[in-house]
Amino acid sequence: MVGITSYGAYIPLYRLPLMEIAKAWNVPPRGKGERSVANFDEDSLSMSVEASINCLEGIKRSTIDGFYFATTTSPYAEKMVSTIGATALDFAPSTRTLDFTNSLRSGTGALIAAVDAVKAGSLTNVLVAAGDTRLAQTQGELEQTFGDGAGAVVIGDMDVAAEIVDIVSISDEIIDVWRPSSESYVKAWEDRFAFTVGYSKLIPQVAGMLLEKNSLTPQDLARVAITGPTIRRQQGMGKALGLSSKQYEDSILPNTGNTGTALPLMMLIEALETSNPGDNIMVLSYSNGCDAILLKVTENIKKLKSKIGIKHQLESKKQIPSYQKYLTFKGLVPVAPAARPDRNPVAAVTLWRHRKEYLSLYGSRCTECDTQQFPAQKVCVKCHANDQREMVRLSDKKLSIFTYTQDNLAICTDPPAVVGVVEFDGGGRAAFDMTDRDPGEVKVGMNVEFTFRKLFFNRGIHNYYWKIRPLR
Amino acid sequence: MGGSIKDRVAIIGMGCTKFGERWNASAEDMIVEAAYEAYQDAGIDPKDIDAAWVGTLWGLTGMTAAKPLKLNYIPITRVENGCATGSEAVRNAAYSVAAGINDIVLAVGFEKLKDQGYSGLDLPFTASGGGLSDDAAGVAPTTTAPAMFAVMATKYFERYGLSPEEGKRMLARISYKSHKNGVLNPKAHFQREISIEQAMNAPIISWPLGLFDCCGVSDGAAAAIIVSAEKAKEFRKDPMYLKALQISIGGENRLRDDYDYTHVEEIYQSGIAAYREAEVTRPREEIGMAEVHDCFSITEAVFMEDLQFSPRGKVREDIENGFFDLDGGLPVQPDGGLKCFGHPIGASGIRMLYEMYKQFQGKAGKRQISNPKLGLTSNLGGEPPGCCISTFIVGGKLG
Repeated sequence: MVGITSYGAYIPLYRLPLMEIAKAWNVPPRGKGERSVANFDEDSLSMSVEASINCLEGIKRSTIDGFYFATTTSPYAEKMVSTIGATALDFAPSTRTLDFTNSLRSGTGALIAAVDAVKAGSLTNVLVAAGDTRLAQTQGELEQTFGDGAGAVVIGDMDVAAEIVDIVSISDEIIDVWRPSSESYVKAWEDRFAFTVGYSKLIPQVAGMLLEKNSLTPQDLARVAITGPTIRRQQGMGKALGLSSKQYEDSILPNTGNTGTALPLMMLIEALETSNPGDNIMVLSYSNGCDAILLKVTENIKKLKSKIGIKHQLESKKQIPSYQKYLTFKGLVPVAPAARPDRNPVAAVTLWRHRKEYLSLYGSRCTECDTQQFPAQKVCVKCHANDQREMVRLSDKKLSIFTYTQDNLAICTDPPAVVGVVEFDGGGRAAFDMTDRDPGEVKVGMNVEFTFRKLFFNRGIHNYYWKIRPLR
Repeated sequence: MGGSIKDRVAIIGMGCTKFGERWNASAEDMIVEAAYEAYQDAGIDPKDIDAAWVGTLWGLTGMTAAKPLKLNYIPITRVENGCATGSEAVRNAAYSVAAGINDIVLAVGFEKLKDQGYSGLDLPFTASGGGLSDDAAGVAPTTTAPAMFAVMATKYFERYGLSPEEGKRMLARISYKSHKNGVLNPKAHFQREISIEQAMNAPIISWPLGLFDCCGVSDGAAAAIIVSAEKAKEFRKDPMYLKALQISIGGENRLRDDYDYTHVEEIYQSGIAAYREAEVTRPREEIGMAEVHDCFSITEAVFMEDLQFSPRGKVREDIENGFFDLDGGLPVQPDGGLKCFGHPIGASGIRMLYEMYKQFQGKAGKRQISNPKLGLTSNLGGEPPGCCISTFIVGGKLG
């Protein structure tokens, strides 16, 4: 039996009520809800790593032998990005990595590829993570309907919580929603065209094929995860498929917006969170065709109840202080630079040499005196033994703030720059940038946790590292 | 006495430019200004100089000083030890005299910071790491100099139970005192008094440090002419004798989890070494004046405890009782300190000695301290924890 053995979701902390966008531009709000907004230091990869960390809770990293990353907003046009994620997640070098990009169907595409690989026996546990931070022009409808988020699942054949029963896909060439590689903003043709010849035709077609193949009726499905550009279109489709609102209504579109490539995975995760053994779940992932995936929930689903999924991430939120803040986070307005020296240029050599220390966040532990230290040291900071050490992963250690400052002078997209000197559980101390924080809540002694973030972009290089944040 | 510098070397001439925003002076102009004041003060000709040490954060070789001063074909060494750079130039120059290799040596330090285009300090890029870790990996936290000292203030307040108001008042009292002294110094960058309330309510730079908790970013240069103690009187009747020249550098507290962030071990260690070298046993009583590295107000507070002027955790009483005021028991920053005299990195250590020198000679004008026996200067390069500290002790008399 091949299927889902774990799941985890990630929704950025910040939310922007659609009413705030409407007020900013004097346009009608597209609903009563809100959209999620990635912090300035987040992108599709960093969010996917966060979802993966939630997914990997309680799982030995060494058991993962495949990592597939899906997005339409990859930080690089040429350079593998799943390798950055795999390093951050501390997977073995033998892990098969692959990027699935350019289509909103990449998320389910990666999942299907993982199912095939496990079924074929070439891989045993594939982590599939999808994340998107699609950019919409200000004032347009898409600004209100897009959201940022990520979802991750492990596909394996041991202790399966939801069996992948069947998959049907159809492909369809249409230019409805797209982004040329030379541009930053998503474009959309007239919605009536996209809806009439594409969305409203293909989804019932592929759903019907899957149900017929498996001798099921719509009423046999506990949940149907239907992707859609808006709540209205998605709910209309639910009705058209003959489903009740209980079967198709989701809480992602109204509370985060359309999270693109991640949407079908996030909808599936929400369905799994509320599912019971024996439930049939169908995923309908639409974009240039449609993937229809049928799953059957098993008894093992009970073991996943403590996973950080959609519910937890929706509840853990803060309203972004202003629409202007959203614009600066998204880089949509030019911001006066801090009157500070330019950052030192990054060097690919240094990033490569320290990939284990900085991307996988390893410190060292002296094998002579057992002192844990970060960054990893050749000569022990306590007993001065030379090169007597083992490497220790710190990214999942508990942390507390020993002292901190809030700096108004530093280069920072969201001042003040909060820097905390933290103590690692097990020993050692180092200073880290603090993100997703309310400056007023920072205190000596507070518990914090690591979060994978993008520090800056320099020399064409996205520099990823770890920051600290209040517990979520 | 072998192994000690005490009374073996003397300074017989000094020069110091006005510190501040020297828009119309280049680094080279200021080097010339400081060096020629020192030549004239010592009564020597540039041709008499056997060797020179030049201190600056930026530069390439001893040419940094040779070019403006036209000191040709003698050994000149450029040194750098963070904010202790100027002191390091003096230490090396003094050792060459003590070793009997050179007779007359110039130490000059300078920095031209106001041409950068912004306030604050840029640091030379080091691909192999001068900061927290390899700079070129770009993972050092988003900090500025005030941030890395502000973390000490946060911890000091927390450890000793000071409310933010009490803590900020203590720090404000430090800057208030330095501004009072700066007013009396025509060469100081800032010559304006401030009130304690003004300092407490100033815009926050790095919490809890506000604008008046931070020293000036200045242009300036300072120079010293060094000869052996034996020969000093051939040049002038009132030379300044070097009693202790100590440097202490630490690298591990940054990584250790038993470091308290409320003291700087390197200051404490360099203080102990300097007191031993100068044979000082009761620093609070025997040191008559001090210029310490008050890059930020909290730094001065910590210096007072680490140099054993005040008991641990108790500096607030001394600060608020005026013990470190110009008319107090141990005047600190009589010239206004980094806070008001300014802080052109490579010049600062020599500028501190310049104040000691003028005080011993009775030439400190309205700042004159009556009959100081010993003076102490101390610089902090880098950021706690893990810094470079120089602690020097000087006197107007032998013995």
